[in-house]
Amino acid sequence: MEKQWVDMSPEEKQEEMFNQWLSPRDPEGNDLKFQSPGTQKDYIERVTIIKDAIQMKKLPARVPVIISPSFFPCYYAGITPQEAMYDYDKLNMAFRKFLLDFQPDTNIGSIGPGPGRAFEILDYKLYSWPGHGVSPDSPYQCNEGEYMMADEYDALIEDPSNFFITTYLPRVFGALEGLKMLPAATGILEIFGVATNFIPFGLPPVQATFKALMEAGSEALKWIGAVSALGNETMALGFPGTFGGFTKAPFDVLGDTLRGTRGIMLDMYRQPDKLLEAMDRLTPIMIKMGVNAARMNRHPLIFMPLHKGADGFMSDEQFKKFYWPTFREVMIGLINEGVIPFPAAEGYWNSRLEVLRDIPGGKTLWMIDQSDMLKAKETLGTVACLAGNVPSDLLKLGTPEQVKDYIKNLIDTVGKDGGYIVCNGAFFDEAKPENLRVMVDFTREYGIYK
Amino acid sequence: MNKDLVSMIADLNEQEALKIVKDRLNAGEDPLRIMEDARKGLEIVGERFASNEYFIPDLVYSGEIMKLITELVKPKLTREEETRKSGKIVFGTVKGDIHDIGKNIVAFMLDVNGFEVIDLGVDVPEQKFVEKIKESGASIVGLSGFLTLAFDSMKQTIKAIEDAGLRDRVKVMIGGGQISEEIRKYTGADAYGRDAMAGVTLAKKWTGIN
Repeated sequence: MEKQWVDMSPEEKQEEMFNQWLSPRDPEGNDLKFQSPGTQKDYIERVTIIKDAIQMKKLPARVPVIISPSFFPCYYAGITPQEAMYDYDKLNMAFRKFLLDFQPDTNIGSIGPGPGRAFEILDYKLYSWPGHGVSPDSPYQCNEGEYMMADEYDALIEDPSNFFITTYLPRVFGALEGLKMLPAATGILEIFGVATNFIPFGLPPVQATFKALMEAGSEALKWIGAVSALGNETMALGFPGTFGGFTKAPFDVLGDTLRGTRGIMLDMYRQPDKLLEAMDRLTPIMIKMGVNAARMNRHPLIFMPLHKGADGFMSDEQFKKFYWPTFREVMIGLINEGVIPFPAAEGYWNSRLEVLRDIPGGKTLWMIDQSDMLKAKETLGTVACLAGNVPSDLLKLGTPEQVKDYIKNLIDTVGKDGGYIVCNGAFFDEAKPENLRVMVDFTREYGIYK
Repeated sequence: MNKDLVSMIADLNEQEALKIVKDRLNAGEDPLRIMEDARKGLEIVGERFASNEYFIPDLVYSGEIMKLITELVKPKLTREEETRKSGKIVFGTVKGDIHDIGKNIVAFMLDVNGFEVIDLGVDVPEQKFVEKIKESGASIVGLSGFLTLAFDSMKQTIKAIEDAGLRDRVKVMIGGGQISEEIRKYTGADAYGRDAMAGVTLAKKWTGIN
């Protein structure tokens, strides 16, 4: 009899997650039909070199190459970010063209831009998106603010879901005002008085909110239909997806979209214990979010965009106290379920590299931006696969020859004994197409391990 | 122990600092002297930031303490504070980009170091920079941007300054997550800074202050 999931070790679970990634399914749950035996072979080879690079047990056949753009595919294909967010045919056209023209080893997919119409229906305030606060040819950008107040930690800690539903969501989505009036669902218990819980649902503001939710839901459904169609189509052509989902470090959950940068920085001084308690509370939630996405998408790589732990954003002492413990705990939680945390250390993380190495070997993948790559290799790189470091300025302004030299050096040094994936360091909107082309072509040619 | 305001602010002791301010106000002290001490405290914060003893959260916190002190002192001010500003800087995040965390930190550090910062906010069109330079007579321009798209906006802004015949009158510094020497060359800026202190160092150099 096959071993039950609960009896498996983290290593066995990881192996199983990789096996699932290696054998993709179609939306009906059947084995995906590849376009040809050749594309199936490509798919398996691509997943396998990434797997080998991450596990660091044996040398991959060659250095993998990933490109992670933000809105670059739109500009490249001649559509605006606004078109990408409102016309899903154009969206897929752009991201398909990007993938097929450059042929990196994974498909970033067309999920990034998101459904503009749904955001409009919801009156999404947390972001300005093309045509709504920024020009049609700009990417969406965050409107940082205090969407959770300094005195709301207890409410968050007590019942995170209820806090999100009745306090955070109405602040972030103008059309969801009615959620403020909802009762906690945990009060719905037995027939005596149960109907009082449903009174709010009869009130006009709540009904308007639900109407908006239903409309936004229909739009989101249309959008995800397009996004997943492109995902399946490109898998059949031999390209695995880049991520299986995402989760976040608890400090960033609070610092990015709840308390804001200023708010969380003040909390470190004024109410450190509340902040620590809230992060502990969010930790299992963030683990579950990543694990569930990986299982649902049969893809072990869970992306974790890191923001407020970079060099300078706090002292090393603050990093060890506030940022690292729960971030590490989320990664360990993922690893224990066979999932590969894929954190992106944007900016500089040089002073944190020693701390970051305190994780089990061969179970994580790190997108590194501008940190010192050699230092990263000697520290974090002894236990983790590194990706990235191809700089935005080089991709935008350099020549293909310069890109080639830069990548050659990365492969020669960081990629010497495996454990490295060629990738851009930060998400980008603009680059010279010939530079991206050389990034892939040169890696394929030069990155073969002999 | 007599805890003085300067060191309480420098050490980010919010409670003590506010208590001292209240006590000194109640004792009838000249509010301007209190503000002067508070500013000295902030200067030490700036120095500690420059020497890597303090980091961005410390700056943010000191700014917050200063804000609360100003709120306490302001109603008692009978005359305007003398402005001892050492130079004017027109500052903003360039067109198409609305990121402002980095910009705000640099503006704060420049202010603490005695510069008058005219902050134009985010997504600032080229012409607005040009107008403000003309109007204020500023000798330094600071352009901030986080997106790769900001590279071109910076280049266009500097071009607009040039077209307005103002390029010789101002020094231009740029900064932001992905900004490098290559981007400086591309945009035509005079210099770029990797962090807030680099911005202060440049401004001091350009205005001849040590």
